[in-house]
Amino acid sequence: MDLKGFDHPGRTAGDGTRSVKVMIAGGFGTGKTTMVRSVSDIRPLTTEETLTQASADVDHLIGVADKTETTVSLDFGKIGINDELVLYLFGTPGQERFWFLWNGLFKGALGAVVLVDTRRLASSFRAIEEMERQDVPFVIALNIFPDSKDHPVEEIRDALDIAPHIPVVACDARDRASSRDVLIALIRHLKEYSAGPGEPR
Amino acid sequence: MSAPRRATDPSGLERYYVVTRGRSGPGGPASSLDVATLIVSLSAPVPGMQHEHEDILRRCRDPLSVAELGAHLGLPFNILAVLLADLLEAGRVEARDPIPAHDAGRGPDLALLEEVLSGLERL
Repeated sequence: MDLKGFDHPGRTAGDGTRSVKVMIAGGFGTGKTTMVRSVSDIRPLTTEETLTQASADVDHLIGVADKTETTVSLDFGKIGINDELVLYLFGTPGQERFWFLWNGLFKGALGAVVLVDTRRLASSFRAIEEMERQDVPFVIALNIFPDSKDHPVEEIRDALDIAPHIPVVACDARDRASSRDVLIALIRHLKEYSAGPGEPR
Repeated sequence: MSAPRRATDPSGLERYYVVTRGRSGPGGPASSLDVATLIVSLSAPVPGMQHEHEDILRRCRDPLSVAELGAHLGLPFNILAVLLADLLEAGRVEARDPIPAHDAGRGPDLALLEEVLSGLERL
């Protein structure tokens, strides 16, 4: 206890710092990592989970030790909200079949952004279903790629079968301000949800 | 002679076995750890401590998320959780779970959302 820096209570800036988390979901290649990268204050990092934990009881025989590809990664970034609050953004693994590894990944999240590539709507169906199943409040962000056609939002809402109260916003995931605006849309949506309990989502 | 033994451990599994001394799956205080849980050191490293424990204590003088710790130490979540369980049990770190989104069936706290919103608007 005599090392520098440990024996001065109250020394640390942000001593009472807490965190909140927001998930960035969506199909493979919809721009999740791009969005995390563009809006994060830090260089985005990757944290890993290996299949060893999930498979420990069932498949000793398949030679997991040789399968480095059974590692799933989670890209994340963070935004300093103020001196005492940090927002962590987590991009979900691209392959939805690995989501089971992240048991509880969505637990405790304020909400989620589901990114949609309007050229490949179907790639995000699974993510939307998952949010609904796990009861995670979300907004839809249409990541507009340079060659995306200009679809009216209502048309896309119909195609994705999104309930009317769920915001659908367009964005450019490469752009910091645009990605920030998506997060703002999510928080506003959460406020409405919070203000009107009992309302179906 | 047979091929030389592989010197490296590309899968990391041997290293993880050593680091955790063969233990798997955190129990007790670490079972609720989330990737966004903040870890804060409560004490300084002591001589003789396992290298990884020492490293965690040093890095968490300021609150650091489990995800960041994992990325910096190059350890997957489940391995790191075993190490954090040791430190939590010994009272050497504090774990602050992310502020829950739902409080007794209600949505997130409005004041918290306002706080997040104004922070984002300043970006």
